[in-house]
Amino acid sequence: MQNPYLPYPVRIDEIITETEDKSLKTFKFVFLNPADEEKFAYESGQFGELSIPGMGEIPIGIASSPMEKGFIKFTVFKTGKVTSYLHAMKVGDIMGIRGPLGKPYPWETLEGKNIIIIGGGFAFTTLRSSIISMLDPDNRSKFKDIHVIYGARSPGMLLYKDELSAWAERDDINMHITIDGTDDPDWKYLTGFVPTITEQKAPPGNEDTYAIVCGPPIMIKFTQPVLDNLGYSHDNIIMSLENRMKCGIGICGRCNIGKDFVCKDGPVFTLSQLNNMPKEY
Amino acid sequence: MTDYTDKIKEIAKRVLTEGKVEMVIGFRKGTLPMMNQPHYATSAESANELIWDSNCSLNLANYLTDKKGKIGIVAKGCDSRNIVTHVIENKIKRDQLYIIGVPCTGMLDHYKINSMFDSEILKVEESGDKITITGNGFSETKSKQELLAENCAVCTHRNPVEYDELAGDLVEEQKDVDQYASLTKVESMSADEKWNYFEDLLSSCIRCYACRNACPLCYCPTCFVDESRPQWVGKSQDPTDVKTFHLLRAYHCAGRCTDCGACERACPMGIKVREFTKKLNKDCLELYGWEAGLSLDERPPLDTFKTDDPDEFIK
Amino acid sequence: MKLIKIDRQSLNDGIEKAKSAYRVFGPVKEKNDHEFKLLEKSEMPDLDFQNTRLSPKSIIYPQSQVMFTYSLDESKDDWRIMKEVENVKSPMAIFGVRPCDALAFPIVRRNFDTPDYQDTYWVKAYEATTFVGLACIDACGTCFCTSAGTGPFGEEGLDVLIIADGDDFYAKPITAKGESFIQTAGWTVEAESSVASKIDQLKTAAESSITSSVSTDKLKNKTILELYDAPFWEKEAFSCINCGTCTYVCPTCWCFDVQDETHGKSGIRMRNWDSCMFPLFTHHASGHNPRNVKYERLRQRFMHKLKYYVDKYDNGIQCVGCGRCIRLCPVNIDIRSICNKMNSFDAKNNVCEATSS
Repeated sequence: MQNPYLPYPVRIDEIITETEDKSLKTFKFVFLNPADEEKFAYESGQFGELSIPGMGEIPIGIASSPMEKGFIKFTVFKTGKVTSYLHAMKVGDIMGIRGPLGKPYPWETLEGKNIIIIGGGFAFTTLRSSIISMLDPDNRSKFKDIHVIYGARSPGMLLYKDELSAWAERDDINMHITIDGTDDPDWKYLTGFVPTITEQKAPPGNEDTYAIVCGPPIMIKFTQPVLDNLGYSHDNIIMSLENRMKCGIGICGRCNIGKDFVCKDGPVFTLSQLNNMPKEY
Repeated sequence: MTDYTDKIKEIAKRVLTEGKVEMVIGFRKGTLPMMNQPHYATSAESANELIWDSNCSLNLANYLTDKKGKIGIVAKGCDSRNIVTHVIENKIKRDQLYIIGVPCTGMLDHYKINSMFDSEILKVEESGDKITITGNGFSETKSKQELLAENCAVCTHRNPVEYDELAGDLVEEQKDVDQYASLTKVESMSADEKWNYFEDLLSSCIRCYACRNACPLCYCPTCFVDESRPQWVGKSQDPTDVKTFHLLRAYHCAGRCTDCGACERACPMGIKVREFTKKLNKDCLELYGWEAGLSLDERPPLDTFKTDDPDEFIK
Repeated sequence: MKLIKIDRQSLNDGIEKAKSAYRVFGPVKEKNDHEFKLLEKSEMPDLDFQNTRLSPKSIIYPQSQVMFTYSLDESKDDWRIMKEVENVKSPMAIFGVRPCDALAFPIVRRNFDTPDYQDTYWVKAYEATTFVGLACIDACGTCFCTSAGTGPFGEEGLDVLIIADGDDFYAKPITAKGESFIQTAGWTVEAESSVASKIDQLKTAAESSITSSVSTDKLKNKTILELYDAPFWEKEAFSCINCGTCTYVCPTCWCFDVQDETHGKSGIRMRNWDSCMFPLFTHHASGHNPRNVKYERLRQRFMHKLKYYVDKYDNGIQCVGCGRCIRLCPVNIDIRSICNKMNSFDAKNNVCEATSS
């Protein structure tokens, strides 16, 4: 019997401060036992429990893509006890990771479709993973048009800035990077809230077009009517939720929304599914 | 007790119909013997469910914390003292309340009564000061006085201290009771004996926090046991953590506790939680001449400062 | 049906013999109530009880359980690496489990032992345990097992059922595990065939001593949202003080919290029972709480037991009718009346047909 609570030991290989306010850092981990990397076979949209002995565990979406080998990456917002401690850790430190946990985005369904990714703030991590996966030469032909609408408060609050600019240069992905506002005269992308940009830039909904939406509740609240107006069916709107979690495997009982556990049955749900669930998230 | 019940219903219906209050908080008959349930009436019809008997030992002030609007509340002596404490501590405003005072003759100790019989008690009836306890194959009548909860047996504030209307005539207060007699045993113990005594006292605690949550004083938005940054107390069944919870909670209630007994009544494990609070009540009486909740005009001794404080450290 | 007859002396002798092969737990009187305890050498269970105050769930699933140990000493090779703690050292037997409490184990198993994940601690303890039941002759007024999937002679979840008849006992082996317990105990005398009809009579009498019940037949027909949005939750929750009593005394409540505790340079990762009644249970690090007010938490408890579980497993309700939460709730919240309200709720007309049990 495999103990599902036993983390794989990992070493912090690199730490990147992502945002100007230093509240977001990306941690690159390497498995101490190379065989564990194979066991940690994941798909974009899944998450892991970052496990720090003495502090506890925290569920975080996987920011790296399965197409990237030799490491896994998580971008972590400093908010509670575990994340604050993690932010103070150093390259070379040992800790644990459990996973992969939860259901990924429905890649089988998404194959052959137009994909529009809508993200806001720091909820862009599994979306980065998805973009890397879809843009991989082995995968790009499996998808039709790819649109990305990604917004943050200011240029300095955008995650993965180098990758964003690189993607913006490509012609096989339509990037719509936006910020709430800036004084920076050199800002070369969009300005405006995500719902507004969605209204202007998103392709109309049809059965071959799927939207993946991740962001703060307020963004989701105002983006949903926009997608409705654009004709997106609720089966074609895919969202990723967060709830307080502990075990990550549907056993400890706290993250349920109705009969479903965010950790095990989610975190990815279609809007149609959510429409029939209590609003306990 | 039926006359109390009738009067409570009559007042509740009147104040609801007159629009003086939006709800009346009282008790309704529970689904088990010796168990009444806190209940709120918003109409004459639901006011009909209100009752009063010797099984109303929970403290209804607990249901007032931060409530909005005009509220009627049924209050025995201890409830009224906790209402006073709530008003002093800004958890409710006096002018939001219509207090239906109930002069109290004490509440039954359901643990004591259950332990008197080997099999399940199916019915407990009262008539005047006689209590009849019935189960499968037995029926016994006893005097209410011998079945009283320990705090009620030594209570010297049976009449409400603050009320807008009474549901019955004031009762004679008990005199010549030694409120703190139960403490003598523990006070005379050596430190080791005390340690063992408290260890045994708390050994069955399951940390459900019923004592804390039944207590009108425990209204902190986040209790110290629930804080995670910093985490003051461990979360397990470790005896040190369990004791820390009970002792700190008791100290947090020092000078505020009215010895209403709700904590003990609520404990599913029958732990005598009052052993802690009672001692602090005695200290407050001896050190400051203070009993909680007797006046709207005076703050508890531990949240006041006087320039003539006898202790040097505070100056 | 094979039945073994055991007199009082052989019952005691058998329990004593079983201790050589099992850690035997049984009901003993502690202060005013019966609780399950590990029986010491020559200690016998006290069978003069209706039911224990707490259920035997903690024998398989302790309230606090160490899962891992770790070292925070940087000079050590195993610095910050979790090491699993073995929780099962030898076979266990629980003697005197009431059928209601026995049914709770297969119910809880659906949570801990799934096709995707096995909770190794729970599964190992469960698999190492033989459940020796004791049929109920004398039900409490709060018992409603007969409408909650079992009965005073219910067998689901048991390996042996023992039926007391005065000073005589009859043991009915139910599983191979049960057979081997009986063998270890040295109980070999087969009862005469006439005993079967006597036991049937005892069973019928015991069943008819159960006077309270719940209706659950219509829970499935309603949608989750219909029941979730029903108008009665806030009123039903008025008296609730959001303590953890109902969840901790419940044999089928399984939720837990995971905590690390460090002392000096070493520590443990453990789990502790948790309760959906506590605000902290669902409190996000951001401060947001999806179940922020008390009626939402009370609703979660009953929706979980009587709707989410029902829909998820299609195997009855997540309640065995032991009545502990009714007896021990400080404010008289009664699952029977709430269950009947939910079952009879007519979403179209927004009313409950039944208002009490």
